[in-house]
Amino acid sequence: MTTPGVADTVTGGQRAGERRLHPVTPLRRAWAPVAVLIGWALHDPDQAQRQLTRLTTTTLLTALAVLVPAAALYGFLSWWFTHFAVTESELRIRTGLFFRRTAHIRLERVQAIDVTQPLLARVAGVAKLKLDVIGAAKKDELAFLGADEARALRAELLARAAGFAPETAHEVGEAPAREILRTPPRDLAVSLLLTGATWASLAAALVVPPLLWLATGNVWTVLATALPLLGTAGASSVGRFVAEYDWTVGESPDGLRIDRGLLDRVHETVPPGRVQTVRIVEPLLWRRLGWVRVELDVAGSSNPVLVPVAPREVAVAVVARVLPGVAVPARAELSRPPRRAGRNVPLWWRGQGIAVSDAVFATRHGLLRGSLALVPHAKVQSVRVTQGPWRRLWRLADVHMDTGAGKTLTARLRDADEAAELLRTQAERSRTGRRDARPDRWMSA
Amino acid sequence: METGSARDTGGARAGTDAPGWTGLPPGLLRMRRLLLVVWLGLLAVAAGLLPGLLAGPGWAAFALLPLALMAWGWTLLGRNWRSWRYAERADDLLISRGVLWRSETVVPYGRMQLVEVTSGPVERHFGLASVQLHTAAAATDATIPGLDPREAERLRDRLTELGEARSAGL
Repeated sequence: MTTPGVADTVTGGQRAGERRLHPVTPLRRAWAPVAVLIGWALHDPDQAQRQLTRLTTTTLLTALAVLVPAAALYGFLSWWFTHFAVTESELRIRTGLFFRRTAHIRLERVQAIDVTQPLLARVAGVAKLKLDVIGAAKKDELAFLGADEARALRAELLARAAGFAPETAHEVGEAPAREILRTPPRDLAVSLLLTGATWASLAAALVVPPLLWLATGNVWTVLATALPLLGTAGASSVGRFVAEYDWTVGESPDGLRIDRGLLDRVHETVPPGRVQTVRIVEPLLWRRLGWVRVELDVAGSSNPVLVPVAPREVAVAVVARVLPGVAVPARAELSRPPRRAGRNVPLWWRGQGIAVSDAVFATRHGLLRGSLALVPHAKVQSVRVTQGPWRRLWRLADVHMDTGAGKTLTARLRDADEAAELLRTQAERSRTGRRDARPDRWMSA
Repeated sequence: METGSARDTGGARAGTDAPGWTGLPPGLLRMRRLLLVVWLGLLAVAAGLLPGLLAGPGWAAFALLPLALMAWGWTLLGRNWRSWRYAERADDLLISRGVLWRSETVVPYGRMQLVEVTSGPVERHFGLASVQLHTAAAATDATIPGLDPREAERLRDRLTELGEARSAGL
């Protein structure tokens, strides 16, 4: 390499082992001004119309002719000055035109790796790659890479994170994945039809605008309310169907694989031992069909869903794979709060229950929409017992377990002595549970 | 299982029950009571003088209200201060507090990400410091207020040392 410093700043110099993103990347910035204009027009249609009528077509075209190349130039420069490199233990991203920014992401701290292909990126054959690390920013994603390159890079990052020797990490390749669950489109559609939120948002979108029209008679007011409402309704019905279409959960030595999406494809990999909590949710309307949804929490990851819809037995089998050695307790195996809890919190107390096994702590809550949360003992960060005056009157207390993904599991309405005992034993279990947990670099043992 | 009596109970009020409980030094109570008396005292003077001068001496009885509040707060602060206690056990730190809303927190040493000693200007004036533990869970609220700065630093060093020895990731 040439001397760093001067040459570096002039050429946006590439250091040894560094790579650039895919050359189509600048294009996505070129259309930013147009997108901003459209966004503004949608957000404030009244004002936009008034402003637009004042402009002639020529001025508009000239403005676009200036803005689009300017944005393209910005896109090109930011692409030119963005480099990334994979070192022995880190992914380094160097970026920024005016404000230089270097992110070093430690690979053994990786909680999940996402490869995302939005629709247009699929057409162009490129993909985004993002490492979920606690505290990582949105801009720490690699957008865009060639689709094959993204796949190879993911395999390499996983191999390095798993603890393969640096020389071999390049050739290890993708770990073979085995499919353990695939959601049929019909089930997904039926499950969405049986979701209250879908109907509520649809009803709101159909009822509110006509009422507003009757009340005000102003087209723009009606449009300004109708569009967001329609957007919400679409997102919660069609949007969810499209996003959760062809949901596939796979298992590989590199951990859990989740592939999903009809238009935008998302491929997520969660390495072993990264799952903090798992929740099995049973909405009221799904109960007849025996269906459940499984949610999971991984620190630093944004996707909370593991299985959008599946029969309970299948979901339980998936959970057993995700948290090895864990048996999901059945409703009957849960220990309920003492009877006097019914006088403390009438009715609602019936939904509560806990179960403790060698591997996990499970709490259930909810009367209509039952939710069973499981946390492995090794993932409990701290344990708390709280008791207010009303609970003390009935000698009851709540036990809270704080986990690393920012979620807290609460065992409510336990007997006060039992709660104190739980606090003591859970602290002990969470301390020792760590011993037989797998190391951060899961292939080195 | 060794719940371990802490090696060093650090003074004030070593309990006799299994974990070696340590109470807070009286400095915090002194500071809080002094602040209470100063603020409510000023309020009492204002509440007594203003109506007393403007509307007649009988109205100065308004001053009794802040005074009653002060008496109530005085006992409340005492009870709250007495309720705070912590225990350094062999593998975890126990913090117990609260009178009406009781709460007891256990943090295994291996889960500590960061131990912080803080001291605001008022606290510093009274020679006090608080120790705060952070784990990977944001909900963990393990704070010990009103410690002697030397004790706070000793605790911080000991917790950090124990945390390193038993460290574990997420």
